[in-house]
Amino acid sequence: MDTTKGDALENNVGFWKRIGRRITGIPLLAWILGILAAALVEQWVGYEFAELIGLPKIPVLFGALIVLKKKVWMQSPMMIPSTMLYVFSVYILVIGVVARVLAAPANRAAGGLMKMPLWISVLIHLGIFYTALHIWSDISAYRVITLKLTLIAIMVTLSLNVINGYMGEFSCSHPGFMALGAYAASAVTLIFFTNDRLFGAAVLPASLGPFVFPLALIIGGLVAAIGALVVAIPSFRTRGDYLAIISLAFMFIVKSVIENLEVVGGPRGMGSQPNYADLPTVFVWTVLCIWVINNFVRSILGKALNAVRDDEMAAEAMTVNTRKTKMVAFMFSAFWAGVAGGLFAHVIRFVNPGTFGIQKLAEVLAMVYFGGLNSVYGSILGAVSLNLLGEMLRPLEIFKWIIIPVMLILVMIYRPTGLIAFKDLDVKKLIRPR
Amino acid sequence: MANILQNLVNALQWGSFYALIALGYSMVYSILMLFNFAHGDIFMVGAYIGFGVATGLVALTSMGAIVLPNWLILVLTIIISMFLTSFVGMLVERIGYRPLRDAPRASAAITGLMIGIILETGNLALLGAQRVSFPPLINSVTYELGGVYITNKKIMIVFVSIGFMIALQLFVTRSKWGMAMRAMAYDYVVVPLMGVSINNIARMTFAIGSALAAVAGILFGIAYPVLDPYMGILFGWKAFVAAILGGRGSIMGATLAGFLLGFIEIFVAMIFPSTLRDLIAYSIVLLILVFRPHGFFGEPYSAKLRL
Repeated sequence: MDTTKGDALENNVGFWKRIGRRITGIPLLAWILGILAAALVEQWVGYEFAELIGLPKIPVLFGALIVLKKKVWMQSPMMIPSTMLYVFSVYILVIGVVARVLAAPANRAAGGLMKMPLWISVLIHLGIFYTALHIWSDISAYRVITLKLTLIAIMVTLSLNVINGYMGEFSCSHPGFMALGAYAASAVTLIFFTNDRLFGAAVLPASLGPFVFPLALIIGGLVAAIGALVVAIPSFRTRGDYLAIISLAFMFIVKSVIENLEVVGGPRGMGSQPNYADLPTVFVWTVLCIWVINNFVRSILGKALNAVRDDEMAAEAMTVNTRKTKMVAFMFSAFWAGVAGGLFAHVIRFVNPGTFGIQKLAEVLAMVYFGGLNSVYGSILGAVSLNLLGEMLRPLEIFKWIIIPVMLILVMIYRPTGLIAFKDLDVKKLIRPR
Repeated sequence: MANILQNLVNALQWGSFYALIALGYSMVYSILMLFNFAHGDIFMVGAYIGFGVATGLVALTSMGAIVLPNWLILVLTIIISMFLTSFVGMLVERIGYRPLRDAPRASAAITGLMIGIILETGNLALLGAQRVSFPPLINSVTYELGGVYITNKKIMIVFVSIGFMIALQLFVTRSKWGMAMRAMAYDYVVVPLMGVSINNIARMTFAIGSALAAVAGILFGIAYPVLDPYMGILFGWKAFVAAILGGRGSIMGATLAGFLLGFIEIFVAMIFPSTLRDLIAYSIVLLILVFRPHGFFGEPYSAKLRL
């Protein structure tokens, strides 16, 4: 940077610009280390600090549950400034200071990592990030379940983005794919590893369960992918609104079939899945999903999706096999939705057909279009923000369902394709030193 | 035989709700190429407005402030509710659709969905979660015709809805405003050059669609007097299915498909266990669309259509 000129202008630039200038030189590694530090600080002194400033316990979700609950702040108004102080000092201050202090060594380390094979440096980043998440979620079981559901939401949103964003169809069938995956995966684990009221005694020893669980998820995904043929084959002849109806009808059909199948519990649902989907499992599957989908959409086939979206006839003329492209895209997307459904069933440890209805559809569509079409970043942002927001606004009860829609309408009006649309996720660019 | 005829009458009534709501979807679609996903909830709002107006008029009559026979109360309720609900429709158009006219179509679908959620939640916040019951405006009289029981309510509902459909058809084909609507559906770009305001036509279309939804809501309230804030969701989606099945933007098609959907649902429930109703009804819809991908009266996708 040109230091003399920078110093001369230093007094004239605004507060935010100065903050921005300090932030730009920080690589991703330093931010992750900052998050890790914040999680460690919370684990070591969180309770003591919370007690010191008059909070009964550590604020679970960044204090939103305390600040927004009317009963709490009517009784003890000091809770609000204390919570803000807690969130500021434990999260914002620690992350900011640690990231800033470690910027120079982290830059050197990131430079060193760049020379190594890409997968090693990515694994190191992910390892540190996962450790931070694990420590953060250790504080309460509520954090763990919120985190798991958020990660699953990322998977579903990404898989829907493949169809709605990259291929430009309006698919309403993803709750159906999720339901197929959830039921198939649950059936596998329930038949083989548990003594259950629906399927009888366990066939295999329970100790084998966690090793076979990935296989169960893959079976769930494959069942969903086969189900996707029902939507994919009509898509050869029609598109747009008619395909939307076909996929919607598919969703209703799946729900109705499950409701009428007494083998899987009918409308009462299916419960007591074994507790295989712990945080590391969900995290690994999510990372795998992001990695595979990101590679898929950047491959030749992924570019063919964009070609089909922009002009099907021109794509056909340019030797894109549109039928194969549509088929692969639907099955691929349904596979990941099915895997996410299987994980969902094992996180909640109960599934019923009512879960996978119109409400779920609205939720997933909202995440895709809020985050941004045609972008992996966008899906991650949309899923994380809407999921966390949904949890954080829970104390507002039904007004939550006014605030979130209003926000979405505003986003749609001012950024019709979503917050981060049409942006590639380039891992090399992400982890490079600044 | 009597059983089949009985179900035919029920299906006519059930289908007329779908058809009235599907008309609103179809009209908006034909001129803006957008589906108004809040339409099911406008139906719900229409039913509640009808409930409010009817209750108010009944209360005024019983207090002796005005003297009105019951049938006049019903007519007034329909007219006033149509008028009020059309403003809800215009508001939805102004907030959710006009800013997004040049945006990707899916974005407008999302705003429609979200406005629908806001209408449901707003209703819940205003009136609470308990269900309200529609005041009985017509004394139920049952006629028996060769083993088939027909109530005067059913006759009224079917004839009122068919009357509104014919009126709409006449309005669209015979009036100058209807001509402007058809012109806009035909070519969206040239119409403003001919001195027709797109905004006015769009607003009017939403108003008419919402007024029809209000009629459907009131008729529904007369047939099934219990209203709840989420009643619009299922009806909305099913009417949306009917609108597509009829062919995009075809008034005739939407009417026929609405009745067809009613028939399918009632007769499936007659023959099979009623839990299979959705399964078979949607399977039929899916099959129809697989073999006739553009609905009954829709035109295939072509380069001419704005996508």
